[in-house]
Amino acid sequence: MSNIVEVRSLTKTYDGGFEALKSVDLDIKQGEIIALLGPNGAGKTTLISSICGITRATSGTISIGGHDSVTAFRAARNLVGLVPQEINLEPFEKVINTVRFSRGLFGKAPNDSYLEAVLKSLSLWDKKDAKVMTLSGGMKRRVLIAKALAHEPRVLFLDEPTAGVDVELRKDMWDVVAQLKEDGVTIILTTHYIEEAEAIADRIGVIAKGEILLVEDKADLMTRMGQKTLKVDLAEPIAEIPKGLSDYDLTIEGEGLLYSYDTTTERTGITSLLADLQKAGLKMTDLQTRQSSLEEIFVSLVAEKEGGA
Amino acid sequence: MNFQAIKSIYIFEMARFFRTLMQSFISPVISTSLYFVVFGTAIGSRIESVEGVGYGAFIVPGLIMLSVMTQATSNASFGIYFPKFIGTIYELLSAPVSFFEITVGYVGAAATKAMFIGIVILATSFLFVDFTIEHPIAMIAFLTLTCLSFSLLGFIIGIWAGNFEQLQLIPLLIITPLVFLGGSFYSVSMLPPIWQTITMFNPVVYLISGFRWSFFGTADVPIGLSLFAIGVFTCICLGIIAWIFRTGWRIRQ
Repeated sequence: MSNIVEVRSLTKTYDGGFEALKSVDLDIKQGEIIALLGPNGAGKTTLISSICGITRATSGTISIGGHDSVTAFRAARNLVGLVPQEINLEPFEKVINTVRFSRGLFGKAPNDSYLEAVLKSLSLWDKKDAKVMTLSGGMKRRVLIAKALAHEPRVLFLDEPTAGVDVELRKDMWDVVAQLKEDGVTIILTTHYIEEAEAIADRIGVIAKGEILLVEDKADLMTRMGQKTLKVDLAEPIAEIPKGLSDYDLTIEGEGLLYSYDTTTERTGITSLLADLQKAGLKMTDLQTRQSSLEEIFVSLVAEKEGGA
Repeated sequence: MNFQAIKSIYIFEMARFFRTLMQSFISPVISTSLYFVVFGTAIGSRIESVEGVGYGAFIVPGLIMLSVMTQATSNASFGIYFPKFIGTIYELLSAPVSFFEITVGYVGAAATKAMFIGIVILATSFLFVDFTIEHPIAMIAFLTLTCLSFSLLGFIIGIWAGNFEQLQLIPLLIITPLVFLGGSFYSVSMLPPIWQTITMFNPVVYLISGFRWSFFGTADVPIGLSLFAIGVFTCICLGIIAWIFRTGWRIRQ
């Protein structure tokens, strides 16, 4: 897959001297969904704003679809749609007019049948003549997405699309994102919600204090970083770990034993553990494995970063 | 050049004008009518004529200028300030448009609104007083230039303003006094000699004088000087906007 967005050595220092981005490199592949995870103030919005042209980077380059975002800003920005974090909408205008405005602003000739399709896909069509101010918060967010899609972008940036949105609407939003991906749109979203990244992203980037800590396939990340535990339920509780099992990393928990292992090593030691358990005369009633969630991975990464800085 | 974008901004801004038709259209008509009743009829009936023109007719160009200058400034400043205020400016900044196109869209719409109001006031004037326009083409040209240059000024104010108070400040503290003291309601020759000299530093004098010349063929200052003054004013505004383009001042961090 080729890269549709390439960010090279991007830095951004605000006037007050705050270093929001410290030499960021990022490649975004055509057609993927990438989630940028990071705590507040990590630089997620600054990164997106720089790519979309809202803030000027202090140094570094950004290319979108092969077009430099400064020297060929028209060609670059034509490919990009942005859904901002805040609900920024002209309150007194009708939905359809704000969407038409967005399309025109990007230099596209009017095409009401396309806009109709966009509004329908976002369940906004019956609200097209409503004034923006009369819509609910969730509807307004959809209007923002409709505006971002009005000019048929190839790359869509969603800056915390589900912040402050109820669970049901969040699921709806995920469906919308999945549909867009199917239509071939590349999606970059920032989020606080790890479950969101876990649920919809193909790749995950973790950003903290203006630096990208890692970008990896979600599945790889979770296996690589994933600590697994095996829980062995015993028929009869034991007070201490039998002698023959002292080589294993075991802890007693309630009625059973907990065994921690790393999935990346060649030998997990599970088979020999089970054999040794039998040798020790322990009766097993059940086995369960559990993998650490992305949240745990994320928290440990960020904590490492903040501890080290 | 992204003409589609200019068109979209223009249409979107004009839609705001038509949404607030009451405020943008009826209020200048009412206030102008009041001026005619008070100055033209009540006080004007005691004044024979100014430079050979009946007082009621004499104040028409000044009244139009008064409204056009304040409307052009406030429309243009509000037009660009409002997106900053409600945050929709993100869309302008992320769109494939240059500042030039943004300016043309917003200033064009603001100038159109001011022009529209100027013409409405002119039409209202005919209901109150009798007069003819000697140089209609020059009149339209002056009106257009004034609408444009004051919309440019308003655009600058809108970009500069950090809150609604600042947005009102310059029109209130500078433009309104300059227009009132710029000969809207009197001829400069009616002032004492010392004030005649001071008043020549007021740029609005040249605009109103030139505009009045297009109506009645008489002016306080030579018409060439009036044209020169409005030309200089427009160039200053364009220069400031060009600087804003380059630096992204108050717009792009």
